[in-house]
Amino acid sequence: MHVPDGFFDAPVSVAGAAIAATAVAVSLRGARRELADRTAGGAPGGGAERVAPLAGLVAAFVFAVQMLNFPVGAGTSGHLMGGALAAILIGPYTGILVLSVVLTVQALLFADGGLSALGINITLLGVVAVVVAWGVFRLLLRVLPERRGTVTAASFTAAFVSVPAAAVVFTLLYAVGGTAEVPIGTVLGAMVGVHTAIGVGEGVITALTVGSVLAARPDLVHGMRRARPVRRPARVVWIGGLAATLICAAVVSGFASSSPDGLETVAGDHGLDEEEREHPLAGSWLEDYGVVDIDNERLSVGLAGVIGVGVTLTAASAGFVALRRNARERSGDRSGRSPLPADA
Amino acid sequence: MPPAPAPAPGPPPAPRTGPADGSAGSPADAVASAGPGAGGAARSAGGRGVAERLLVRRETVVHRLPAHCKLVALLGFVLLVVATPREAMWAFGGHALLLAAVAVAARVPPGLLLRRMLVEVPFVAFALLLPLLAEGPRIGVLGLSLSEPGLWSAWNILAKATLGVTASVLLAATTDVRQLLLGLERLRLPPLLVQIAAFMIRYLDVVTGELRRMRIARESRGFTARGPRHWGVLARTAGALFIRCYERGERVHLAMLSRGYRGSMPVPHRAPAGAAAWARALALPGAALVLCLLALATR
Repeated sequence: MHVPDGFFDAPVSVAGAAIAATAVAVSLRGARRELADRTAGGAPGGGAERVAPLAGLVAAFVFAVQMLNFPVGAGTSGHLMGGALAAILIGPYTGILVLSVVLTVQALLFADGGLSALGINITLLGVVAVVVAWGVFRLLLRVLPERRGTVTAASFTAAFVSVPAAAVVFTLLYAVGGTAEVPIGTVLGAMVGVHTAIGVGEGVITALTVGSVLAARPDLVHGMRRARPVRRPARVVWIGGLAATLICAAVVSGFASSSPDGLETVAGDHGLDEEEREHPLAGSWLEDYGVVDIDNERLSVGLAGVIGVGVTLTAASAGFVALRRNARERSGDRSGRSPLPADA
Repeated sequence: MPPAPAPAPGPPPAPRTGPADGSAGSPADAVASAGPGAGGAARSAGGRGVAERLLVRRETVVHRLPAHCKLVALLGFVLLVVATPREAMWAFGGHALLLAAVAVAARVPPGLLLRRMLVEVPFVAFALLLPLLAEGPRIGVLGLSLSEPGLWSAWNILAKATLGVTASVLLAATTDVRQLLLGLERLRLPPLLVQIAAFMIRYLDVVTGELRRMRIARESRGFTARGPRHWGVLARTAGALFIRCYERGERVHLAMLSRGYRGSMPVPHRAPAGAAAWARALALPGAALVLCLLALATR
């Protein structure tokens, strides 16, 4: 589905063009890296000058595969958009380049998609679809167990999600600069509804196609290279986890319900709390998840949360460090050296 | 294909990358790249490819204009059409007359123009739904309750999309594809992007030809895709096509390396477009600008 001229007003069209231009500029650099990767031991010279012939041929492939009709039944048929397929097969950067070129040629030569809307079309069908599909695909490969069906499931989900994602971005752009007075809720519902259905087809076809390429030339599937999850450096996990915890404690806690939790409610309902005694620390300066002398409730709760995180973290870390030292000393007694490799 | 440009002093020997370059691999590829009679070009009259078939060969003022001038004119025109307020119906009539004048000057047959405009049919259908969906005061037309803003939106999209499609069709019908690519490069599009587009167009016929031969192979074995049950076969076709395309890309790359390719194509002589050419090309967006401004002023 290519957006024609006149669907969006001029400012949004120009903004779309700016987004598309930025994405293409970034992808031009990234594609060199992506395609250079494959030359390990291969052609001399590395990747830069492989981009044009390879991406050009893949662009011709995407163009041709969009002409391949998949019958749905009752005389109708659909075709692949190809964003997710390109991302999985040749990588996100090259995928964006390829889709941009295909859309540009379609607009200039075949009048498919308005020239003023070219930036928007590239943003939706090229950038959003490719980036979302790639993100979902890699995430699922990392999370799901390493099994045969995993790639199929990841390809299907990536392609399936990418289509309604583009529809959602379309609706966002429409809310900013659409020219028709259709209520935004109707647009969102119609676009996401229709494109979820289309996405199922896109997902099935993409998964089947990726599967057939994997069966014949698994080395060509970009998304499967280095598919084994790379061990994230411990520091990244540690800092990320700490940041997430602090945000939850400091900000999200402000929105927590002040009603009694499940246990307290049940206890109150059934009279179990008659025997309840005040905690010996009641009346301390952190009583009931708040800092006593601060009046602003959100600030008070948030600060208490942060302090709580700090205390818990310190206690847990101290315990863990003690345990590890203990374990190390014992195994050191047996083998005479540390069991951990030097880079652990 | 134009004669090979004289080797410029700087760049290495011109890597001619006709489809034959792709046939470094197997005899089957040689058949695929043989051009007329083998590829998707077989159906077309003069053995021209998918992209070349778009050009209506004539010797007119419009055809002779440098491609990059025409590209600038087209982009300017389309943006001005989009910027014209929809209430000024007469302005869109004016825009349409401008395009009609270009079509007459380029001697593009009206029938061909109309046939190629069919590409916008899905949006005509969408636009026709708008009066039913949109909000706002309703008016009765032929027993239907239509939204007035919806009618305006439908008119807006129909008028602007039709004008845009017509303008693009006119560009494709009057400009050689290679010239168009050179024009894009002269407009400072990244050379790598233009190269990718050039390779895509150059091999489009080879690739669609492969797809066609796969279809014939399927059908000769009694296969007809009727529903989602048969998607697996079609998807394997797509997968095989990808592998062939990728491998062909690798062969083309090696063939080009052997001809001295270092990542950039030699640029044929580029005569700067004269002021007269620019003036002729910009007459179209100039007139559209006047219409647009008038429409804005009288709103």
